[in-house]
Amino acid sequence: MSADLLELTAAQAAGRVHAGELSPAELFETYRERAASEDLGAFLWVAEEAPETLAGAPLGGVPLAVKDLFCVEGVPTAAASRILEGHRPAYTATSVAKLAQAGAPMLGKTNMDEFAMGSSNENSGFGPVKNPWDRERVPGGSSGGSAAAVAAGLAPWAIGTDTGGSIRQPASLCGIVGLKPTYGAVSRYGMIAFASSLDQAGPLTRDVTDAALLFGHMVGRDPCDSTSLDFPGELGEPSAERLDGIRFGVPANLTGDGVEPGVQQVFESALATIEELGGEVQQIELPNANHGLSAYYLLAPAEASANLARYDGVRFGMRSGNGDLLSMYEDTRGDGFGDEVKRRIMLGTYALSSGYYDALYGKAQRVRTKIAEDFREAFDRVDVIVTPTSPSVAFRLGERTGDPYAMYLSDYFTVPMSLAGIPALSLPGGLSEGLPVGVQLAGPAFSEGRLLDVGHALEHAVGFDGSAARG
Amino acid sequence: MTAELGDILEHIEAIQALDLDGVEPTSHVAPLENVLRPDEPRESWERERMLEGAPDASHEGFRVPSPGR
Amino acid sequence: MAEPAHSLEPVIGLEIHVQLRTSTKMFCGCALSFGEDPNTRTCPVCLGHPGTLPVVNEQAVRFGLMIGLALGCTPAERSLFHRKNYFYPDLPKGYQISQFDVPLCRDGRLGDVRVHRVHLEEDAAKLTHAGASGRIHGAEASVVDFNRGGTPLVEIVTEPDLRSAEAAAEWARLLRATLRRLGVSDVNMDEGSLRVDANVSVRAAGQAVFGTKTELKNMNSFSFLRRGVEAEIARQTQLVGEGGRVEQETLHYDPQSGSLTSLRSKEESHDYRYFPEPDLVALAPAQGLLDEVRAEIPELPAQRAERLRAEHELPEETARLFAFRTELGDLYEQAQENLAAAPGRPAPGLRSGADGGDGGDPRIVANWVKNNLVPRLGDSEPQEWKVTPQALAALVALVADGSISQGAAKQVLDELVANGGEPAQIVEQKGLALAGEDELAGIVERAMEQQADAVEKIRAGNPKAIGAIVGAVMRETKGRADGGEVQRLVREKLGPPA
Repeated sequence: MSADLLELTAAQAAGRVHAGELSPAELFETYRERAASEDLGAFLWVAEEAPETLAGAPLGGVPLAVKDLFCVEGVPTAAASRILEGHRPAYTATSVAKLAQAGAPMLGKTNMDEFAMGSSNENSGFGPVKNPWDRERVPGGSSGGSAAAVAAGLAPWAIGTDTGGSIRQPASLCGIVGLKPTYGAVSRYGMIAFASSLDQAGPLTRDVTDAALLFGHMVGRDPCDSTSLDFPGELGEPSAERLDGIRFGVPANLTGDGVEPGVQQVFESALATIEELGGEVQQIELPNANHGLSAYYLLAPAEASANLARYDGVRFGMRSGNGDLLSMYEDTRGDGFGDEVKRRIMLGTYALSSGYYDALYGKAQRVRTKIAEDFREAFDRVDVIVTPTSPSVAFRLGERTGDPYAMYLSDYFTVPMSLAGIPALSLPGGLSEGLPVGVQLAGPAFSEGRLLDVGHALEHAVGFDGSAARG
Repeated sequence: MTAELGDILEHIEAIQALDLDGVEPTSHVAPLENVLRPDEPRESWERERMLEGAPDASHEGFRVPSPGR
Repeated sequence: MAEPAHSLEPVIGLEIHVQLRTSTKMFCGCALSFGEDPNTRTCPVCLGHPGTLPVVNEQAVRFGLMIGLALGCTPAERSLFHRKNYFYPDLPKGYQISQFDVPLCRDGRLGDVRVHRVHLEEDAAKLTHAGASGRIHGAEASVVDFNRGGTPLVEIVTEPDLRSAEAAAEWARLLRATLRRLGVSDVNMDEGSLRVDANVSVRAAGQAVFGTKTELKNMNSFSFLRRGVEAEIARQTQLVGEGGRVEQETLHYDPQSGSLTSLRSKEESHDYRYFPEPDLVALAPAQGLLDEVRAEIPELPAQRAERLRAEHELPEETARLFAFRTELGDLYEQAQENLAAAPGRPAPGLRSGADGGDGGDPRIVANWVKNNLVPRLGDSEPQEWKVTPQALAALVALVADGSISQGAAKQVLDELVANGGEPAQIVEQKGLALAGEDELAGIVERAMEQQADAVEKIRAGNPKAIGAIVGAVMRETKGRADGGEVQRLVREKLGPPA
């Protein structure tokens, strides 16, 4: 009975609930038990009981794993950082509230890289997360807990956040679907800020249909978030089985070098599948995309250095110090932040400092403009851009922790879309040496509908089976 | 820490060599302007609630070591 | 090389922070606080809780634009908010949301001083020192009250066009009167809704290059401002005169001791690492909005003063008084209009036009207001005033047409200020009508009999002794007699000089 439940996608489970064949309470409890007893380190907090779900709620009471970056009233929310250990917010993030209202109640808070800074979930203040495909490997980051939870069947679906790839890359490494929406499509109110002009919340799900269903209930302008806007047009249920007439572009400078051979192979086979489905594949140029990583690792830390200045021991969270004001700041932040966070704050402070601003932050902002232009020009010729999501499959725990720049390279293909603010979807393309490989589809702003449709067709043709990770 | 930062900077500073004169910087990607809120008050939050979770609170406010010590 | 003191000129610029009279804070819906209990006007946004975001107050933008336009500035087509980054317990986010290189408005002028920029930002919270002495040093803990945090501020920065401490204080007064007239702020220096900092430097007279400037902060009255700037000019003048160099620093002026202390030197000065605020989008005021805001700007003090000087021919000081104190000026102008429009008789002492309706020397009413009404109004607030422009006009007319004496008029004015009412009724109720010749004749005779020695003195060639007789008549008539008329009667009765 339980095993049968676990095989249902979220949409299927919601359907059963609406048909009266399944009670939301039973569904919630099944997952709650699994989440509470898991050994991947995916959850930091699990609900003790199922909340009431309104009858007829569109999402059927299907429980949702929520990345610890989202504030939930009264629930421990720490962005996986010691500096916020014990912090219980006084309010709930808009996106989480909307989903709960729509019938996706919170199952628990998932582990993540501290303050969303990382690509392996090894930077958590509360221990790493393991990849359910191979427990000696990373799930990716920063939404590693959400990705692992969905891949391992600990939650039917999850939300995470993506700043430079933090939904897509873990989705790729865990063999699930992850969507980074158009910047502004989903409210950021209640999302603990990392890099404000890049952060976006999005779904991590077993399949494209679930992603579309969840996403549809996340969008909309929020008066509490000045950078949010209403999603133009309707978001229907993805249904495409063919890709006839759709033009796909493969950026010449975003493949090849630095990509693991196994990943490249899966990627090329995905391209072949696209063509079999009627899609036209051509090479395109994104000339400035190679500088994306540098621009990102200047812009994001710069914004983060300011966003994290509020963690000072005055109003919430942890406080250290020997009793004088300066030591309150220095010791609180020295004790409370992990190494990667400290690195990025220092990097960001440097990029903004007097005398360096123009050469670093200012340059990065201009590179951002060029990358956005590159995409706009490319989308004159193609409808969808395709790349591997990550240059590698899941690497071993500890493999890259000594070499931050090697870790940053994980984001090589995902960062340009974040800089341009355009949507991108990652879906499993296959396995390389038993480990999942993700394929990234990117489109112009607000083209999520088409991306999900394309993803739907590709997903069916690829026929990826993720059940091995659900054990 | 210093070694790692140095290594990161070496890679990232390559960006300085790019000639991007005449390119406008992007500070916001969403095409929005004039997002404003009507000047209508709503209830503030209860003081006790806002002091909950403060590392060092008196009954009236947030205590900090005095500046100048 | 030492500069002789007399060849150095002071160069002063002002930086003013104005708290706006909006209903809510700059970036959240908390109501503004006026002395409420600490931390009772806060929310997760103005406390900088994780995950919260700012949303711009529409009225603050309107007020900011109004100030900029009133100061003759050009509004930016697109202005941005920036983060100003530094750590202090009164700054919850660890940065202040302000504006940096593209402010709301720039390049205006008020009086003789050019306005460099006008921009929007949020106020910091308040740090209260818990130690018994109330000082920073020696206190063990401070308590942060976030009520004030997030209050909308407009910052106004002038060009360094001022050349004396007096001029600086005077200009600051003009600015205050202007902002008050706009209704955008309480502009109360005591309460902190108006804060003026001064940047002071000296240079050789006539030179174009600026000397190093120091910043004087937290002078909370115009008088302290003037004295503080004077003290700093003197300090710098002496220093440079002795061959020393002015260091860039922030100073505090203590009005009690007259001393200047350094708060912060250049070495400690902050790199604020300004960058565009990613949580807020650009402000691009539409022409329609600008037109609306401009239409709401009333006649400003500088303009009113000019108009009163030119059209009403009022002396400088009077024009300035009426321009700077709006309600007083309104009272004056409405009374004057009232009087000038009165149909019929051109009363003696009043200029009259061909139809008798456009005349009335404004200076008569102006003098009544300035010399007699103002002292009687004292510190009372305009909304408490009981005297109406109509009553004032009627009073002036009564004096002008000889119905009552100046002395009686002042008694009527006392009553008008205390209780309001109509002059004619008050005159009747209090029996203040001018004492006519019939009534006076007898009184004068009696006074002359009682003041026989004064009469003797007059006859002996001391004309000033008439004062005693006039005084006696005035007392008898309770001021209702016209002094000049009394003197005439006395002289008549005395007969031609012997």
